Amino acid sequence: MVGQPDGGQVTLKAQDDYDAIIVGSGAAGGMSAYVLACSGVKVLMLEAGRDYDPVSETPMFQLPFDAPLRAAGTAEKPFGFYDATVDGGWRVPGEPYSSAEGTDFLWWRARMLGGRTNHWGRISLRMGEYDYKPRSRDGLGLDWPMSYEDVAPYYDKTEALIGVYGSNEGLENTPNSSPGVLLPPPAPRAEELLTQRICRERLNIPVVPAHLAILTQPLEADRIARMLWPNNEMARRVTAESMRTRAACYYATPCGRGCSIKANFQSPTVLLPPALATGNLDIITNAMVREVTVDANGRATGVHYIDKTTRLEEHVRARVVILTASACESARILLNSKSSLFPDGLSNGNGLVGKYVMDTVGAGVQGQIPALENMPPHNADGASAMHLYMPWWLYQDQARDQLDFARGYHIEFGGGRKMPGFGSFGGIEPLTAGSYGQRFKEDCRRYYGSFLGFDGRGEMIPNDNCYCEIDPEQVDEWGIPTLRFHWTWSDHELNQARHMQRTFEEIIETMGGHVLSTIHEDGAKAIARPGEIIHEVGGVIMGNDPSRSVLNEFCQSWEVDNLFVADGGCFVSNADKNPTLSIMAIAWRASDYIVGQMNERNF
Amino acid sequence: MTDESRSGDRTKHPHVSERGLKLPVLGAVSMDRRQALKVIAIAAATPALVSCKPGEEASEVVMTPAPVSNPRARGDAWDPDLIAPTVPWERSLTSDELQSLAVLCDVIIPADERSQSASQLGAHDFIDEWVSAPYEANQSDKVLVRGGLVWLDSEASERFGEGTRFRELTPDQQISICDDICYVPNADSGREAAARFFDKVRDLTSTAFWTTPEGMEDLQYLGNVPLPRWDPPPPEVLQHIGLE
Repeated sequence: MVGQPDGGQVTLKAQDDYDAIIVGSGAAGGMSAYVLACSGVKVLMLEAGRDYDPVSETPMFQLPFDAPLRAAGTAEKPFGFYDATVDGGWRVPGEPYSSAEGTDFLWWRARMLGGRTNHWGRISLRMGEYDYKPRSRDGLGLDWPMSYEDVAPYYDKTEALIGVYGSNEGLENTPNSSPGVLLPPPAPRAEELLTQRICRERLNIPVVPAHLAILTQPLEADRIARMLWPNNEMARRVTAESMRTRAACYYATPCGRGCSIKANFQSPTVLLPPALATGNLDIITNAMVREVTVDANGRATGVHYIDKTTRLEEHVRARVVILTASACESARILLNSKSSLFPDGLSNGNGLVGKYVMDTVGAGVQGQIPALENMPPHNADGASAMHLYMPWWLYQDQARDQLDFARGYHIEFGGGRKMPGFGSFGGIEPLTAGSYGQRFKEDCRRYYGSFLGFDGRGEMIPNDNCYCEIDPEQVDEWGIPTLRFHWTWSDHELNQARHMQRTFEEIIETMGGHVLSTIHEDGAKAIARPGEIIHEVGGVIMGNDPSRSVLNEFCQSWEVDNLFVADGGCFVSNADKNPTLSIMAIAWRASDYIVGQMNERNF
Repeated sequence: MTDESRSGDRTKHPHVSERGLKLPVLGAVSMDRRQALKVIAIAAATPALVSCKPGEEASEVVMTPAPVSNPRARGDAWDPDLIAPTVPWERSLTSDELQSLAVLCDVIIPADERSQSASQLGAHDFIDEWVSAPYEANQSDKVLVRGGLVWLDSEASERFGEGTRFRELTPDQQISICDDICYVPNADSGREAAARFFDKVRDLTSTAFWTTPEGMEDLQYLGNVPLPRWDPPPPEVLQHIGLE
């Protein structure tokens, strides 16, 4: 298990006296388990994938040269051989999903302890005050039942716990963190500095330190533990002890592989070890949950899961059931939890489970920048991901109705003298006119490090046509009915994707560079496929009105008061801020509420 | 700036160490991979804790032994051993095809004063690994590559005499053929497939070449080394981009 390099699988026989069952071990499940276990709640966590230990399993420093196909992506390892994801990707063996005609949805899953936190980009941006009340601002989409101010303390706590580098810039709808929360951002790389200057001076686009869940310093364990748990000695101890085992980043080897020194955030290195150290958490891996069970009064009693090692069904009981299986997987469990009391699935009396699924709008452009050619050799690895980014900067233009889309996007960019990998010099023929021989060798040397990629990550507005439902014709190899996705972008998303590409073209050209990608007039061609950005949220939305939402602001089911969905499923908007940080902050808030309800003996 | 972070200090650089540079990379690639791994495992042991307390600046990176394999991985394609990778499929090109491919790889990336040629670094073996992989795209590339190799010999035969093989041509003769297929948009009608073949082999050759330790050394890639702290770009870099 986590923290034990010799690693025995956790396949204990579950006790029958748990206070809470948590389904899933990723960002939301890990955070819920950490907060509840620290608060004295007896927790059983069920993870559908295998046990996984980043300390002993991460390929630190391995080269593409060492891997099959020089670590190129394959059907089984779509993000490349060394990507941390095991038993996952766009497909999971034996666990299909489908798309309705005209829909081309992609669904990334990871069947492993820690789920998708193991490989994620670590970009940790807070949603701002506009983002919690979007409908109040522009009449579109849905408002959240709570405000930014309600969640702000949990952003502080989450950032302090996991360790996030960044700076407070005081920009519009881009909240500052409280003093003493953020870690110092790493110095920008050469290509980032050049981009920053051009964007600031000539295009009026802000370029500021990115926020990433990577330690640029060892955490101040005692100070942070005191701040997080002023009145809980056990929580302070397990938190501080776990923090002291995390090293600062040494600026080598990509974060997407995971991190054996625990310098970046992963649920199995940051959330699960302190939760386990409380003695209040048990974890069963290879446990594929099928449905939540209920009693005659319509209260949740536990879950049925398939033990993947025996292929037999098991049942476990608890006073509270918390689904954190990922937005669509949690919706799937609810829809599959049918009974005479809940014939359309649990907590689905108003038919909203599965509805209003959102992804992030994505579009990208690659460029080649002559100013970066023939750069003096230097180490440009850095914290593997971006040190700078561009937050959305056109709020005022939007307020004046000068854009043909309603919501913003931020820009992620990078390139430079990174480790040569598969395809590093593919597609440069437009620059070289197909050179080969000595000239090609010299062209590669010249162009190495001079490529920059710009990617927009923008807000999608929820709509009635983007949802998942149970596919009546398919089950997975565990006998569980699978999901079918429906998707239609609105013009807001398509126009935004077109705007992204035009912006990136302008940046590259202003830098004196060559645009290497096709710039599409048609936003439908510029936009990434639905699901492809792996920010799918919604489907189990929260709200103030039980007839128009599934959950209240504490992720609690309106219909079943001891049932919670504490993952991205509860989102009612999907701001351009990558969702994982908000998922954790909202899960912490929900967990505090659960502890409060338990203390009042409401379950 | 410390020695560790100064880019020119090669002895602190795991994969361009003296031993790494001298690795044989021709012949049986799987064997060479194992040797390469051993060297890297020694040189790139997992740094444990940067020797510094919160708020203090680190001065060094303490190294502890890195794992040499991952017994927990199932070992199949969905859950391979990422610590000690292996190529699970057999190669499929013939030795005759590999000979021709090696010549073509060297036409694309010849040796010069800075580094060896593509075939000397095993590019043709990598292409064999690539086209032998069980995936649809790779199988499709296999048809393209094998067909292209036949086309090169047919073209050599047509231009320079019955039975002449591409790999036996003089460099000038080889170039006269390659010039006609080196850029897809410029290829004459009837030579599009040959141009796509050349493009594919160029892509695979450049991947194979530049991802070797010697290729990375040639490019002067200086990362993938643990640093006690991250410094801004050196002055000569800032000067180069006009930002000093």
